[in-house]
Amino acid sequence: MDLTPILSLERITFAYPGRPALFREFSLSLGEGERLGLHGPNGSGKTTLLRLIVGLETPQAGGISYRGRLAAGEAELRELRRGVGLVMQNSDDQLFSATVLEETAFGPLNLGLRRREARDRAMETLEGLGLAELAGRATHRLSMGEKKMVALASVLSMRPGALLLDEPAASLDDDSRGRIIDILRRQALARIVVAHDRDFLRQTASTFIRLGGPGGPEPVPEL
Amino acid sequence: MLTELRDRESSLLRRLDPRTLLVSAAGAAFCFSAIRGLAPSCLCLAFGAALAALRGFPVLPLLKRLAAANVFVLFIWLTVPPTLPGEAVAVLGPLAWSREGVALAALITVKSNAILLSFLALLSGTSLPLVGCALERLRAPAKLAFLFLFTCRQIQVVGEEWQRLWTAAKLRGFVPRNSPHTYRTIGNLLGLLFVNAADRSRRMHEAMLLRGFEGRFHSATELKGSPADRRFALAFFAVLAGLLLLDRHPGAISWI
Repeated sequence: MDLTPILSLERITFAYPGRPALFREFSLSLGEGERLGLHGPNGSGKTTLLRLIVGLETPQAGGISYRGRLAAGEAELRELRRGVGLVMQNSDDQLFSATVLEETAFGPLNLGLRRREARDRAMETLEGLGLAELAGRATHRLSMGEKKMVALASVLSMRPGALLLDEPAASLDDDSRGRIIDILRRQALARIVVAHDRDFLRQTASTFIRLGGPGGPEPVPEL
Repeated sequence: MLTELRDRESSLLRRLDPRTLLVSAAGAAFCFSAIRGLAPSCLCLAFGAALAALRGFPVLPLLKRLAAANVFVLFIWLTVPPTLPGEAVAVLGPLAWSREGVALAALITVKSNAILLSFLALLSGTSLPLVGCALERLRAPAKLAFLFLFTCRQIQVVGEEWQRLWTAAKLRGFVPRNSPHTYRTIGNLLGLLFVNAADRSRRMHEAMLLRGFEGRFHSATELKGSPADRRFALAFFAVLAGLLLLDRHPGAISWI
């Protein structure tokens, strides 16, 4: 059995220019099926950590490995991004295609799938999430809850090995929030969930890290 | 949609592949702009009107649309005849409208309306993403198709952002007047609009990179041509060739 973690952050140090360090020699690993919840006050670096993982920010020291390979160059970074899907906090930033089907097929097409295969995979993903009826809808006409769901579908259609979710239930009503929880509980994928909503985190993660404490990030047994 | 003009649902043009429509529209624009004579240009205008009739547009909304677009043509009439040297046909104070200037302005008016009518008839009702997809399938440069699609999307995003900012200002009692406060506020709103739009486009680009985007846009839309497309394209380009021939060799038509 392969015990190599999907993701590992090794002694990461990161600070935005002119600001105190958010992470000092911080290490973290995410194994198969692991469900990690991150919480902490605003500005504690939750979103930054997710951006560091997918290479949208570069640490000043330390490295990030995907399945044991250090994501040091463009090729490794591409590999990491294919295997680790990030669902952004603001779905409007993530949805740019004209229709939901096009949006969901965007990733598979970039993976090199043929048009028909990409469409089939997109439809399959939408059906799996109960969103098939949205396939032909314009992305900018969706409700906030639908946008969140479609953003998740657009990442899942790439069949990633791990999911990073940045405030997936923020600004959602109870129904939409419940739907997201149901979907996540059905997914066996390893994931890191960032949320202020502790109840949401309890339902979607099994281990927790608190950011922004005086001693830096620290694991907490429960919320 | 390119326009909200309602057309006849049974129109032949509605059933054609977007690639056929796009190539035809580009061909019409190229041909009409290459024509030099006023009489052949009038025939182009008639051809454009025939296409609009084939599309089944209601006359009044179509004329309103043309009138709006002709505001730009009005500037041509105000600037070209008084500035082009030639035989004066009308004098107003220090300005003299030349016959050559009037002829040129008339030619531009007729040709631009012919192109406009053709584009409305051929591409109205085709969604912009479909046009972008057709560009991609026609092997237009990948960057062009990508820029076209994302410019359309960004214009929409910027428009929505402007609405949000404007509403936020109005909710706090802002009433635009001819005052320094108004100009300062609008300046601030515009500044914020551009900053927000730049931030938003950066985040969108990041979202694309995260899903494997490497500079080439792929569309999942399936396009299917049919024999009707080939017949239409053949007839359409035959008419364009005839118009060009008539313009360059008027004698050839009398020979036929």
